Amino acid sequence: MIEQALSGLWYGFGVAFEPHNIMWCFVGVLVGNMVGVLPGMGPLATISILLPLTFGMKPVGAILMLGGVMYGAQYGGAICSILLNLPCHPPHAVTCLDGFPMTKQGRGGVALGLTVFASFVGASWGITEMIFLSPLLVKAALQFGPAEVCSLMLLGLLAGSTLARGSPIKGVAMTVLGLFLGSVGTDLETGSERYTFGMTELDDGIELIALALGLFGIAEFMNSVNQVAPINTKYTNVSIKDMRPTKADMKRAFFPMWRGTIVGSLCSLIPGTGPTIASFVAYATEKKISRHPEKFGTGLIEGVVCPEASTHSSVQGDFIPTMSLGIPGDAVMALLLGALMIQGIVPGPQLISQHPDIFWGLVASFWIGNIMLVLLNVPLIGIWVKMLAIPYRYLYPSAMFFVCIGVYAANNDFFQVGEVAVIGLFGYVLLRLGFHPAPILLGFVLGPRFEENFRRAMLISRGDILVFVERPISAVFVALCAILIGSQIYFRLRGAKADLEPAAENVVGGEAPASLAAQRVPATPAE
Amino acid sequence: MRFSTSLRELIGKRDFYAGGLMLLLGLGIALKGTTYRAGTLMHMGPGFLPTALGVLLMLLGIAIAGASLAPGPDEHGGDQSLLPEHPQWWAWFCILMSPIAFIFFGRYFGMAPGTFACVFIAALGDKTASWKGTIILASVVTVFGVSLFSYFLQVPMPILTWRGEF
Repeated sequence: MIEQALSGLWYGFGVAFEPHNIMWCFVGVLVGNMVGVLPGMGPLATISILLPLTFGMKPVGAILMLGGVMYGAQYGGAICSILLNLPCHPPHAVTCLDGFPMTKQGRGGVALGLTVFASFVGASWGITEMIFLSPLLVKAALQFGPAEVCSLMLLGLLAGSTLARGSPIKGVAMTVLGLFLGSVGTDLETGSERYTFGMTELDDGIELIALALGLFGIAEFMNSVNQVAPINTKYTNVSIKDMRPTKADMKRAFFPMWRGTIVGSLCSLIPGTGPTIASFVAYATEKKISRHPEKFGTGLIEGVVCPEASTHSSVQGDFIPTMSLGIPGDAVMALLLGALMIQGIVPGPQLISQHPDIFWGLVASFWIGNIMLVLLNVPLIGIWVKMLAIPYRYLYPSAMFFVCIGVYAANNDFFQVGEVAVIGLFGYVLLRLGFHPAPILLGFVLGPRFEENFRRAMLISRGDILVFVERPISAVFVALCAILIGSQIYFRLRGAKADLEPAAENVVGGEAPASLAAQRVPATPAE
Repeated sequence: MRFSTSLRELIGKRDFYAGGLMLLLGLGIALKGTTYRAGTLMHMGPGFLPTALGVLLMLLGIAIAGASLAPGPDEHGGDQSLLPEHPQWWAWFCILMSPIAFIFFGRYFGMAPGTFACVFIAALGDKTASWKGTIILASVVTVFGVSLFSYFLQVPMPILTWRGEF
């Protein structure tokens, strides 16, 4: 088993080191790092903008680049949190608590330096986990019939919608909406059109890119336009010299870093608990076992490295269910799966054996990409810090252009540009009503496959719905679903949601529909 | 008297509208879904799953609205208004008009005018926008965008064109 994994990895490095692949990987992490630093642009919007550009590329290069954006953004997000106290990206919100006080004490450089180091350690652990766990998962998953696949998807969807931020019931509603949106267009089995209202452009279904850019691009811009606080650049003078930690710092950071890594990798194994939850759990754990918990929040290095290591380990670990089972854990992973499907690759347990170049190439590129990111972040820190000062009034109009041209380029059709505007408006209404739109994307990507497997399972069982509890593996998944729902109701009735939720809400701000939530300030009323 | 205050409280809750919207959406989906063939469990027709999802969405909508009736603060706390504290009607209008402008100018005049109009209109939404700054931004993005997408990525959209017929 181990031998097989290592030979796979060796092969993967061969793929990832091909000149064009290494170039795309570099482009991905560079763009990712950039949008991670920029307040107001998230990895989701960026990946959706880049998605149409990858249509002409080979699948390996495309997925390496889009994956690179995802983990590259995590490095950039930390800079924003530590130097500006802006939690531009939810996973890094908790880093602000101790990161910014360190900056105020003039130790921001050290915090950044150790963050980069901890991130690399966390990521490496996540990658190792992926190398050895994915083949095992695949082995199990290859035994699954349609009924098992169906209940596994159900579990993934439920976990993705209830464990994420916000009210669980609203999350489930968004997932159902996403599943429905996925059914728009021509029905694959009967060929009849559904919910197209006579528009032939909708025959192929709603465009994934239009949906993602509407929900995470336009709706997000509407949410944050004129609401972004001017950026305080008082503390942003960091040079490479300041980043070198002392021996004492290293010593203090060592164990928290590993604890964070472990917490992150455990979180990534539970579907639906992405990096955000991982970082909060890691911070809470670290505070609990610390001998001086009262000092947290005053600029402790432990409070910076632990959540950061956890985030990165979880980001890499999130790829495990996505690549080995075809079940994405969050919206970003759903988008990456969508990118694979556009390239004509069927996600699922057969992916590793049918497309080893994609899987092992991706794994190897993670390491290459993370090393690139360390190299990008340490010497070039000054450039990233300068990018923080780009005002939002330049940012969002330019992004609007990329949204429009991106959606247009997907099909060379103006219809989709109108679609993105409508979805954007709808998405903003949902945001205002307290819905988090991420589960929509999850449901949308899984919807058609869920329907297909559901129909097949029903056909095989001759219309017996009990098949889902009669088959043992499927029954386990159904039981887990029931436990998930039961525990949510239990916590609801007890008045407390999951115990990490209050902490999360405190930091990110009461209602955090958007990545920008915490930096929204009352704009001065227009005269 | 008591009834009217509780009614006002109810109407004032954001979750009430959230649930209501889901209920309406679910109703629409389910009603439209019944016009497609449902089939049997064993041989499902195209209407089966969407109709089921519509009904499920209705139930979830009722649950969300119902939960908002419970006394005490919900996740929004004091903020129950549907609009944000400082509604940005003009900015929202600009952002939504920006793709429309892209469609119109892109279709009839080509990529460069489309890009310019798209960025220009979106940028007008910012409170601090000045005419000069907006024009400069739109021009820069146009030059950069057209060279990237038209020359480098070969998006088949004419840079400049004139289609007389409207």
